[in-house]
Formats: sequence, C-alpha cells, structure tokens
Amino acid sequence: MTTVYVPRDSSARSVGADQVAAAIELQAIRQGAAVEVVRNGSRGMMWLEPFVEVVTAHGRVGYGPVTTGDVAGLFDADFLDGGAHELGHGRTDQIPWLALQNRLTFSRVGVIDPLSVQDYQAHGGLVALRRALAMTPEQICDEVTRAGLRGRGGAGFPVGVKWRTVLDAPASPKFVTCNADEGDSGTFADRMLMEGDPFMLIEGMVIAGLAVDAHEGFVYIRSEYPDAVATMQAAIQTAYKTGWLGRRILDSDHGFDLEIRVGAGAYICGEETAMLESLEGKRGVVRAKPPLPALEGLFGKPTVVNNVLSLASVLVVLAHGADFYRGFGVGRSRGTQVFQLAGNVARGGIVETAFGITLGQMLEQFAGGTASGRPVRAVQVGGPLGAYLPPTQFDLPLDYEAFAEAGAMVGHGGIVVFDDTVDMAAQARFAMEFCAAESCGKCTPCRVGAVRGVEVIDRIVAGQDVAAGVVLLQDLCELMTDGSLCAMGGLTPMPVRSVLQHFPESMNRSAARSDQQDRPERARP
Amino acid sequence: MLSDVSQRYTPWSEEVALETIGVHVKQRGPLLPVLHALQETFGYVDPRAVPLVAKALNLSRADVYGVLTFYPDLRSTLPGTVRVQVCRGEACQSVGGHALAVHATSSLGVNFGQTTADGSVTLDEVFCLGNCALGPTVTVNGRLHSRVRTAELDSLVYDGAGSDTAPSAESL
Repeated sequence: MTTVYVPRDSSARSVGADQVAAAIELQAIRQGAAVEVVRNGSRGMMWLEPFVEVVTAHGRVGYGPVTTGDVAGLFDADFLDGGAHELGHGRTDQIPWLALQNRLTFSRVGVIDPLSVQDYQAHGGLVALRRALAMTPEQICDEVTRAGLRGRGGAGFPVGVKWRTVLDAPASPKFVTCNADEGDSGTFADRMLMEGDPFMLIEGMVIAGLAVDAHEGFVYIRSEYPDAVATMQAAIQTAYKTGWLGRRILDSDHGFDLEIRVGAGAYICGEETAMLESLEGKRGVVRAKPPLPALEGLFGKPTVVNNVLSLASVLVVLAHGADFYRGFGVGRSRGTQVFQLAGNVARGGIVETAFGITLGQMLEQFAGGTASGRPVRAVQVGGPLGAYLPPTQFDLPLDYEAFAEAGAMVGHGGIVVFDDTVDMAAQARFAMEFCAAESCGKCTPCRVGAVRGVEVIDRIVAGQDVAAGVVLLQDLCELMTDGSLCAMGGLTPMPVRSVLQHFPESMNRSAARSDQQDRPERARP
Repeated sequence: MLSDVSQRYTPWSEEVALETIGVHVKQRGPLLPVLHALQETFGYVDPRAVPLVAKALNLSRADVYGVLTFYPDLRSTLPGTVRVQVCRGEACQSVGGHALAVHATSSLGVNFGQTTADGSVTLDEVFCLGNCALGPTVTVNGRLHSRVRTAELDSLVYDGAGSDTAPSAESL
C-alpha cells in the first residue's frame, strides 16, 4: 500500500486539491495500484498547490502543482515509486525553500493527517502537555516568560507575564480564549494551523488552562474560515473522546472544556476586548483599558486572550525547553515567527524562521520576486494597519523593536508585496476607507477621522491645495494615533504616514506628473 | 435545473424559530450562536425573530436588533440563489483585486451588499479570506476560488447556480 498525501487545506482546495485527490484514487483503481490517499494540511508552498506527496523508500517525494490532467501522466512516470516527472521536486524536506526555514510551530502542518491522534502523538504531540501536568502553574508561567515568547497576534506582549497576571488574579472562574479572528489581509497562518494541526491549538489551550487555573476555553474563529471551523470542531470532538479534553485530562485531576465560537464578519472583533464583547453576545465594540482582560475579561472574569500562534508556540517552549526556544531570534524578539508571504509574489506561503532575517532576505530567498515579474515598489508588513515600505528599507531586520523604530510593525507576520503598477495614494486612501468601514464606532477619532481621512486624501490627489491638505492629513493622523481607544484607529495612520514619508510623489501628483493616477491596471501574468 | 434559494432554507415559522433558539439558550453568551443558527435555518434573520430571541434570552429587543445590525454576516432578507464574495484586502489588490471588484459590481449591476433585482445573485465584499498567496480570491456559494481573472468571474457565477453550498473539510 502506497500512501499519497493530497492537502485538504482550503487554499489547496481552491485550486483543485479535492478533484486531484479523487482523480488519484480513480486512476489507482484503474491500474490496480494499492494507494491510500491521506488528506494532510498544506506545506505552505502555495505556488505548488495542489502539492501531492508520495511516501517512498527514500522519504516523501513531492509533485506540484498537480491538476487532474496530470494524474495519468504521474502514474505513467511511476510517481508511486518517486519516479521522475516534470512536476517533481524530489524529497520534500530537501526543497531549499522549506529546508532554509525553522519549522518549530509549523513542524506538523502539512506533514500529518490533521485529525489523526496517532499521527499527532507520533510527531511530538502531547509531550508539552505531559510536562506541563508535572509542573506547578507558576513554573509553567515562568518557563514561558523565560523563553521570551511574545504574543503573535501583533501586540507582542510577553505571554508568560500575561498568564501570571491571570494566575494571580483572585476572581474565579477564569477563562482561556483564543483569538482566531485572523482578519488582517496577507495573513493566513492561524487558518493553516487550525486546518493542518488542530490538536496543537487544543493542547496549547489546555496548557494555558493549567498555567492560570482555568477550566473553560473558547476559540473565536472568523466566519470567513469555514474549513478551519469544521476541522477544529472535529478535532475537539475527538479530543473529548480520547481524554485530551473533558473532566480528567490524560487521567489527571485537571479538567478543561473547550468550545468554538464563530464570528460574523466584523474585523474589529480581532481586537481583544471587542472579541470578548462578541463572545458575550454583544456588538463587537471595544472596551476601554484598564481594566485589563487579564483581570476583568470575559463575563468580567480574569481571562487569557492569546493568538493561535502564541498558544501553539507554547508547545515548542515546553516540549524543548525555554533555552531551546530563546536560542532563536534576536534582541527582545525571541524564537521564530511564522511569516506569511502574500500578494504579488512568485513563491508565496508560510515562512517560519527565526526573528532577525531582513525584509530583503525574505524577498530574495523566499519570495523569488513578484508574480508579475515586475519590480517591487512596496511591501506592506503587518496587515492593513502596517506600514508600506519601499526597497530602500529592505535591510530592516524583522524584529519587533527594529520595525517599531522605523515607524512600522511586524504585527502578525503578514508580508504583502506590490509591484510597480501599484498606486500608493490609492493604498493610503484604502487604509482610511477600511477603517471607516470596520470601525466599531465607539470613539470619534476613528469613526469620524477615517471618513475625513478619505476626503482629504481625495482632495490631495485631485491637486486641491496640496500643501495644506498634507498638513491636515498629518494632523489627523496624529490625532487618530493619540486619541483612539484601540489599535484600529490608533494604527490606521501607520500605512497612511508611511505613504506620505516613502512615496510622497504618489500623493502630490501635480509635482510628479510621471506618476499619473490612471496607471494601467496590471495585466495578469 | 436552477435550485431556488427558498428551497434550500426553511420558510419562516415561529415554531421552528423557537425550536432553533431553544437549542442554544443554555450556552454562555448565546446571542451570536442563536442568530447564526436562525440564519442557517431560514437563510436570514427575520425581523419577526427579534422579539422571540429577546424574550428567550431575557434581553431587550434593542439589544438583539443592535447585535443583528452590527455584524456584516447577519442579513435580514433572503440572499440570492448565488452568493458571491469578492475579497477586497490588500493582498488581493496587489494582483488585480480592484479591477475584479469593479467588474463584479458593474457586470452584476449591484453594489456590494446588494442582491440583483431578479433575486439571482447576492454580491458581498469581504476583507480577506486567508488565501493571500493565491489571489485575487472569490467565493461562490461558499466555495473558495483562487487567481480569479476578471473574465472568469462571470462563469463562476453561472457555475454557482448549479452548485449547492460547498462541502466542508470535515466531510473529507
């Protein structure tokens, strides 16, 4: 029996993975070959999807991108024995794009059958939880703090410190919540982890429960991720059956219940307090802080709010020790970050690597230029609220402090590439437009400021009193940054200011006639 | 044969609504799960459900209405036979997403958030579908499509008329 892996990741399915899996099964029957098709997560090499892997005597051998039309040819080329084919990439673990990475958090994604408890344990699952069960809550918090793990959702707050605050809070019950409302454009790591290794998130949440003495958890997943919701739901059911969730976790005295909640299309619910409001069944309106959610969070009780990748990374810390984890990275950015290469890139996908790699290295070693083949004009790092950086900034190392110093942010690790056909003024305008559409409306700088921002950018671009308009826009940006309650209004100015700083000619068109607003829409490659 | 959207959903019935609400009433923070369940059953959240939900959850009607109108996913009218979502996020913009969005509104003759007059297509904008390395991204009746060219969108819409909701990953 030969095992063939065809991803079930929603990106892979969007380019025909389901049909390819069915075609391989059909062709195997026709040829009398004993084939078992396993649906794994994605390896994260999105340009190669559907990426089909065959288990051979020499390891797993990959082929991609495979279409249904290629299947018969693959059988003819004896791909079940790793035979040569024009779509062949040799051994998957030796593909340079993957071999150059430090896959710690994503070690199982794309490797295992996401819902197989055997696969999970055979690849290091539960090691962290078993260790945590033998530790005191204080020891768990200390170990996570010592590892230097910072929140991967964007804010970068030390995870261990947050947990300790919840542990020390006197009120009960306490809650563990996972923010899986991954709304930033250019980010998809949370989705891929939930679809490709759901037990990892479950284990991370159980450990968080142990660390803060909480027995109830919620995963808040955005509705735009139906496959992630379905996979997580199936994994939770299995986890209850196998005793990884429920009243006696792994036969210990510790109990933990976990539930999925699905969002309803509001970007703001990725903000932690808005998410808590939404979990309580209210409008996703942000809360003023203090009180911190760690002290008064869900239903007014002490609550851990962590991103998917933060909770998953805890497993690496506990399974391999704090020293191992902090051995990766630079400065105060320790460990690895799961970067996501997106937009106009030749080779997009998941690049998990130690902090400290420069933006330029990321683009050269991994992205392989633009998909269009045109030069890169700008890269937006950190989602819709992150800065647009020009090639002159590509020597910036990807670490929290270096980016903050440059007026940018690493955020959730999304890297969106634009070629030279991009209209930067339109991107600045979109930042304001997006904020106007998604603002929860609680505070004025965000709710009204974003609308005014769109208007003033329109006037600048139209050439109406440009100098005064730019001053007004700068002033508005300062007000929104200083006067907004949360990161939505507070960071919307970041992309706008970065355009003013790095691409001023795109705003002041009368001064730069060569940069006309009516650039032709880029032809697709 | 074109599947009529009203046949995919239960027609409005107070009895069914109360039953649907009852399933979730014991949960912590039940309002959003209740509204999701109603929409799944009826295809939208009928205004007639608002007082029923309010009573069952011991909330004011204003509370329920406030939540119902806050979240873009929750609709108070039946959607079209084919539901199209076009991603307008930056990653899709970088590969022609804007032109695709313009084409979608002009070819269907509706703005985002609207249903064509004949009730055939509902067009929505969405800010990111998590498919950012393979854009521009569109969903048709819940099925994700990558690298959608402007000309392709029209045939995807027609294909959508023949397909029901996409199978979930769970059924794999």
